[in-house]
Amino acid sequence: MIVDFFFVLFAVMAIGGATAMVFARNPVASLLYLVMAFFAMSGIFVLLDAHFIAAVNLIVYAGAILVLFLFVIMLLNLGRTEKTDLRGPAYGILGIAVAAAVFGLLLVMLRDGHTTSMAGGMGQATIDAMIQSQGAVGVIADPMFRNYLVPFEITSLLLLVAIVGAIVLARQKAP
Amino acid sequence: MGAVTGTAFVVATILKTIVFFVLLLLGVALATYMERKVAGFMQDRSGPNRVGPLGILQVMADGLKFILKEEVTPGAAHKKFFVLAPALALFPATVLFGVIPLGSPLPTRWGRVDMIVADVPIGFLYVLAIASLAVYGVVMAGWSSNSKYSFLGGLRGSAQMISYEIGLAMSLVPVLMLAGNVEMPVLVSMQQSFAAGPATYGMWFMLPLMVSGFFFLVSGLAETNRVPFDLPEAEAEIVGGYHTEYSSMKFGMFFLGEYFHLITTGALIAVFFLGGWDIPFWQGDNIRVLADGTVIGEPTWWKTLLTLIAFTAKTVFFVAFFMFVRWTIPRFRYDQLMDLGWKVFIPALMAYIMLMAVAIYALDTAGIEVGIAYSAALLGINFALALILLFLVDRGRLVRGATAKTRNRARAEAAAAAAGGSEGDLHAR
Repeated sequence: MIVDFFFVLFAVMAIGGATAMVFARNPVASLLYLVMAFFAMSGIFVLLDAHFIAAVNLIVYAGAILVLFLFVIMLLNLGRTEKTDLRGPAYGILGIAVAAAVFGLLLVMLRDGHTTSMAGGMGQATIDAMIQSQGAVGVIADPMFRNYLVPFEITSLLLLVAIVGAIVLARQKAP
Repeated sequence: MGAVTGTAFVVATILKTIVFFVLLLLGVALATYMERKVAGFMQDRSGPNRVGPLGILQVMADGLKFILKEEVTPGAAHKKFFVLAPALALFPATVLFGVIPLGSPLPTRWGRVDMIVADVPIGFLYVLAIASLAVYGVVMAGWSSNSKYSFLGGLRGSAQMISYEIGLAMSLVPVLMLAGNVEMPVLVSMQQSFAAGPATYGMWFMLPLMVSGFFFLVSGLAETNRVPFDLPEAEAEIVGGYHTEYSSMKFGMFFLGEYFHLITTGALIAVFFLGGWDIPFWQGDNIRVLADGTVIGEPTWWKTLLTLIAFTAKTVFFVAFFMFVRWTIPRFRYDQLMDLGWKVFIPALMAYIMLMAVAIYALDTAGIEVGIAYSAALLGINFALALILLFLVDRGRLVRGATAKTRNRARAEAAAAAAGGSEGDLHAR
């Protein structure tokens, strides 16, 4: 029962935060609502026993990336209220269409019963046993650094390329 | 003895939450008093001594003053966020306290009660995740006040806190490499020694990982936004920084938030580097619960009490240390602050993590069993590294500079003596 209570609480926070983020006129306010949505999402991950994902979601998104966004927004326009829709109604309609498509896909998945495939078909008992022997972090670290080390390193290389690209763009002299 | 379950678990958790939170609040109140007394001591004056015996009721007087002052909300402020910001400033430090193991398990009639509010399976990551949210209180306060000084304070705060968060997280990587686990009670038990069960290091991590401990101490201090890292509220430059526009209890919450942070940081250093609630040089208090529920050691109520006192003593030690630093060292310049974070801490920590990984691999390859000898070998390596680090950080300013000064003075005295002048002459010049 208490889990249900917290699920409803976090769900309302997540949906409310995401909606408020889209409709807020002020970019800084918009970003702070997004932080709220991320926080609520982490809460839902905890309710799903996905502690590691919850923590990483907070550390990486709420704690690092969004702070950088906030920093940039505050430095660039000091959080002044701007006209939110610069691109006309066509983009709005397109956005609603994409959102509806994703939502429809989720509904179809729910109806066809794809909800159990989250655990890779291992079953709750296997997962519990793995967490008992390796800890919540070991369960993820083990395959990541043994079986998938090369893809992991390539991903970090991609991020490095992005950083170098940003520096090259920033240092470019004005023509 | 098994852990408490069912209704007893719920009751125990609620009781622990209330008791620990009240203790934390009491600690914060006493910390503000202690700060004033330490300031008085450092400046050779009495400090508060009018309200109550030894001025101890000054805390109450301050609290009353916070509540009774007029509350002003600037007309141009973003109201919603302006009100929310002080709450967000308090939230991380209080919530962090929930995962800190405060003492050895307490045996009760209903089962074993662990002295930790929430033993989350990701203890260390939880600390990082919540600590990374601390920046929003500062930024939100700075931005929503809609004043240039607040805004500058908020910007400084966000830049500083994300910079030192990296140092905070990276300085704990060697601890995790040694402990091989992220759960806070396991981190504590790895620093004790046991007759049975998996091998442990038998030494507080401050010894075999002293360089890590040093970096964590400094980064933790930077995260609390106190002198010498109080750039976000530098009163000589930007009035009061992010809380310039706050008054009454709203300001009081920022003020208390700083002390919450201080105590939580001290407690975290105690857990990660000073063996948590472990009592030194006594094996009787070493109790741990293995993953399958086996308890090694004999939990009793008086051991819980003693370990609670030991933990409090360690926390108070670090709180006092931070206070002494505050009243000793002047504030950094902003570029110095950023240089220290990005150009000193991060490269040094990267090198240190590599060195420690190599050292641990070498010790494992050499076939040395985890235990006192293992820790002693790491202690030797760390001692050498700490000396090199101090030499580099010092840059010939303090230690070597002082010896050079003494040498020069000795040389001048010798020259004066050779010239037939007396020591008095030298001082007269």
